Amino acid sequence: MAKPMNMRDKYNRMTRDLGWEPSYQPKSKIYPQIEFEGIKIENWEQWEDPFRLTMDAYWKYQAEKERKLYAVIDSFAQNNGQLNVTDARYVNALKLFLTGISPAEYSAHRGFSMVGRAFPGVGAQVACQMQAVDELRHVQTQVHTISHYNKYFNGFQDFRHMHDRVWYLSVPKSFFEDAQTAGPFEFITAISFSFEYVLTNLLFMPFMSGAAFNGDMATVTFGFSAQSDEARHMTLGLEVIKFMLQQHPDNVPIVQRWIDKWFWRGYRLLSLVAMMMDYMLPKRVMSWKEAWEMYFEQNGGALFEDLARYGIRMPKYWEVSVQEKDHLSHQTWATFYNYGHAAAFHTWMPDAEEMAWLAAKYPDSFDRWYRPRYEHWIAQEKAGHRFYNPSLPMLCQTCQIPMLYTDMDDPTQVVYRSTEYQGEKYHFCSDGCKDIFEHEPEKYVQAWLPVHQIYQGHCGGATVPEVLNWYHLRDGQDNRDYLYSEDRQNWLRWKEASSQLETT
Amino acid sequence: MANNMVYLALQNNEDARPIIEAIAEDNPHATINHYPAMVKIDAPGRLTVKRASVEEKLGRDWDPQEIQINLISISGNVVESEEEFAVERLS
Repeated sequence: MAKPMNMRDKYNRMTRDLGWEPSYQPKSKIYPQIEFEGIKIENWEQWEDPFRLTMDAYWKYQAEKERKLYAVIDSFAQNNGQLNVTDARYVNALKLFLTGISPAEYSAHRGFSMVGRAFPGVGAQVACQMQAVDELRHVQTQVHTISHYNKYFNGFQDFRHMHDRVWYLSVPKSFFEDAQTAGPFEFITAISFSFEYVLTNLLFMPFMSGAAFNGDMATVTFGFSAQSDEARHMTLGLEVIKFMLQQHPDNVPIVQRWIDKWFWRGYRLLSLVAMMMDYMLPKRVMSWKEAWEMYFEQNGGALFEDLARYGIRMPKYWEVSVQEKDHLSHQTWATFYNYGHAAAFHTWMPDAEEMAWLAAKYPDSFDRWYRPRYEHWIAQEKAGHRFYNPSLPMLCQTCQIPMLYTDMDDPTQVVYRSTEYQGEKYHFCSDGCKDIFEHEPEKYVQAWLPVHQIYQGHCGGATVPEVLNWYHLRDGQDNRDYLYSEDRQNWLRWKEASSQLETT
Repeated sequence: MANNMVYLALQNNEDARPIIEAIAEDNPHATINHYPAMVKIDAPGRLTVKRASVEEKLGRDWDPQEIQINLISISGNVVESEEEFAVERLS
């Protein structure tokens, strides 16, 4: 009897047998996208996948993950798990996650299907194909969770329609479209390395731990189940980077520029996570600042020390991200509070205990710069004038976030950067976003900026009710302050009903 | 200051508990941190999960690739063989 093959042999056999030499067409015609980005690959055989996962093992482990996941999701639904979350305010963090990130998982599925087709090497093709299937699994599990929460809470009912229209959802949407419209090597650097390896820990780990802390087992489970694929994705990201850097020295400056660009794009996108962590979880696990120190400064720092041997340095403007950690979540939440009438989730002011937590976590910034503003807004609200900003904000041409970030030396001054291209002026939230535009202006001048589109008359009309209608956002139900929301009224009614049941 | 930290983060559940115990015994230089629903194990240089140690805890055969079912995240370069799953720094 033949000796059973070991893991390495099995993996080599699978990839070797898939890698035949074409005879009807030259390789350059089969893989037409592989050269235009300037990346030089001498030998695809040198691709090493440390996981060496064969398809049979892949299906076996993924099936096991799915069984565990759906057991929890079913049990959550059957036992009215939504009533066990700490507070209905929590569900707004989930609305932002599920409407902002779940369609992005689908974009990632499409992106990996495309790059898996574009790469000539079998090891890379197999890894991309597995990831494409993973991403499809992620969006499916998240849609199941949307389906459950949509029965009880507002804001989930038309997430696909909203993703293509609503102003803040254009931030994750444009991020993924930017990656998908790049070449295959840039896409995989953007998503697998910069986003998954360097940044998604910030998205999943503190947030899912937060969901657990706030009683939301459905979210914890889809989150950690998705994240269990992430270890493989992160390994793919790191492998791609090392492979490109080892193949040819000319690749180093190209890869460095992509790392610079996609670090900054991803960091800006994570502003939404920063405000979720500091403001939207009724029970908090850690502050954004602590998470950034743990996951970026410590682990990202170690990663870039490893990559120094290949000639790669820390991403440009990483120092700015460290300076901004005292301000990012506060400035972002304050902006959403301003525009809470145009968002498909609720906003609110932190209570006294929450402000004490924020002051303790942010001793250098909260009491000085943000508490006074919040106290002013709370006083206005108590006087019957809950503040909503009636104007539309200027957006950054690159990240599409309103120009809300301030100068770190003077947190009263918003950073305005601008540049001219073919006689038109373009505006940016930061030097990072301006640099990205200036390298590829012909790409970013085409950006679909929600505010510009409203002013150009493409969004249902010129007034807020007309635009909300075009978003399919139900005024008075999906938006505005949590205090006056249907979600809160329902929540209080359900909790009262269930406590009465317990006493009888 | 040189920074060569690696980590493994696992779900805090029955399946992962023997794996976490095996990691703790085989990696005395590691720090085990508990978070809601998650255990994050940090160490300088390298973290190794040994097949033999996990099998000893579980009392059954265990393939190091099974760690993927309960793995949440990693930091470091992955080294995988029949006998172990490890993350390490290059230097």
